[in-house]
Amino acid sequence: MSKEEVEAVEEVLESCPRERRHLIRILQAIQEKLGYLPEDALREVALFFGISPAEVYGVATFYNQFRFVPLGKFHIVVCMGTACHSMGGALVLDAFQRELGIKVGEVTPDRKYSLERVGCIGCCTQAPVVVVNGRIFPKMTPYKVEEVLAKLKAEDELGGDKEQG
Amino acid sequence: MKREYVDVTIDGREIRAPRGEKILWVALENGIEIPHLCALKGQDPPWGGCRLCWVEVEGRGLVTACTEPVRQGMVVHTDTPSVRRLQRRALELLLADHPMDCKNCPKRDRCELLKWMRFLKVKVPKDLRPFPEKRYPVDTSHPVLNFDPNKCILCGRCVWIAKEVVGCGVFDFVWRGYDIRISTFMGKPLKDTDCNGCLKCAEVCPVGALWGK
Repeated sequence: MSKEEVEAVEEVLESCPRERRHLIRILQAIQEKLGYLPEDALREVALFFGISPAEVYGVATFYNQFRFVPLGKFHIVVCMGTACHSMGGALVLDAFQRELGIKVGEVTPDRKYSLERVGCIGCCTQAPVVVVNGRIFPKMTPYKVEEVLAKLKAEDELGGDKEQG
Repeated sequence: MKREYVDVTIDGREIRAPRGEKILWVALENGIEIPHLCALKGQDPPWGGCRLCWVEVEGRGLVTACTEPVRQGMVVHTDTPSVRRLQRRALELLLADHPMDCKNCPKRDRCELLKWMRFLKVKVPKDLRPFPEKRYPVDTSHPVLNFDPNKCILCGRCVWIAKEVVGCGVFDFVWRGYDIRISTFMGKPLKDTDCNGCLKCAEVCPVGALWGK
């Protein structure tokens, strides 16, 4: 962890009673600050509550909300809700995995792209849907995956961080 | 004052048992076999995860023997058709996800899964493989302990003994659903954990998932 990350973890732990029932809340607070749960942070938390690191890891892996690697610059979210799934969302996800060479929940080695699958995003008429940093790409196909990635790459090279929240 | 002992009938035998003791341990101590894979004496609360130790209690129905304490006048049957049906199905489900590589298995002589397969006359179900076989790497990094997560039946014995008896807390259940497995912190090799090589976990592991070198 970097110095800032260590300080952030310490700050979160400072305000918390040493009771195991606060474990999930603490993990959430750390992820809120750092964007992910670094290994050393999990160790700190285990030490703080006096439980084994494996137990903390067990709790953290149980919930989808926790991640153990930082997000990429472009966080690609593929919808796998009922509508998107029946319109071929799985094919789109496969295409992203193939093109980026990573699996769901992973980040490319250059930290540019991360991939995630979620349930319904809410715009089922546009199925299958992909969301990149809050921007929606509707009616996706495996072919359009290449287009999207080319677009993101161009934006990256332009240095444009025109992300919409 | 309550009496220390209760009288129960298990399979027609009248047995005097300590109050509050679970049916499973009373039966086993009196030579009555009840299939079980996850229970360890001393667990409080009992884990109750393997679903093998079904018994039928008159007036109460089917219960798991490891979680049900004996009561005064209780009449228990361990060998009824519905008990056996549940036990066989539970065992088949465990086998459906277990690599039957018994020839090369280090625990083949004391495998509890095989023991209960013979006891319940259950064969390896050929039609019960809905998921592709998972392949996790076998951890042989530790000087005395080996770990093969593929053979694990998720009984939780090693988790309990590591946490509650030894205190090393090396193992826990991680992930969820089909991905659930026993793992060290961040899936690290055992040599990089707090494992002191006491081998208690290998002793209680009913299958060939944990074993000593």
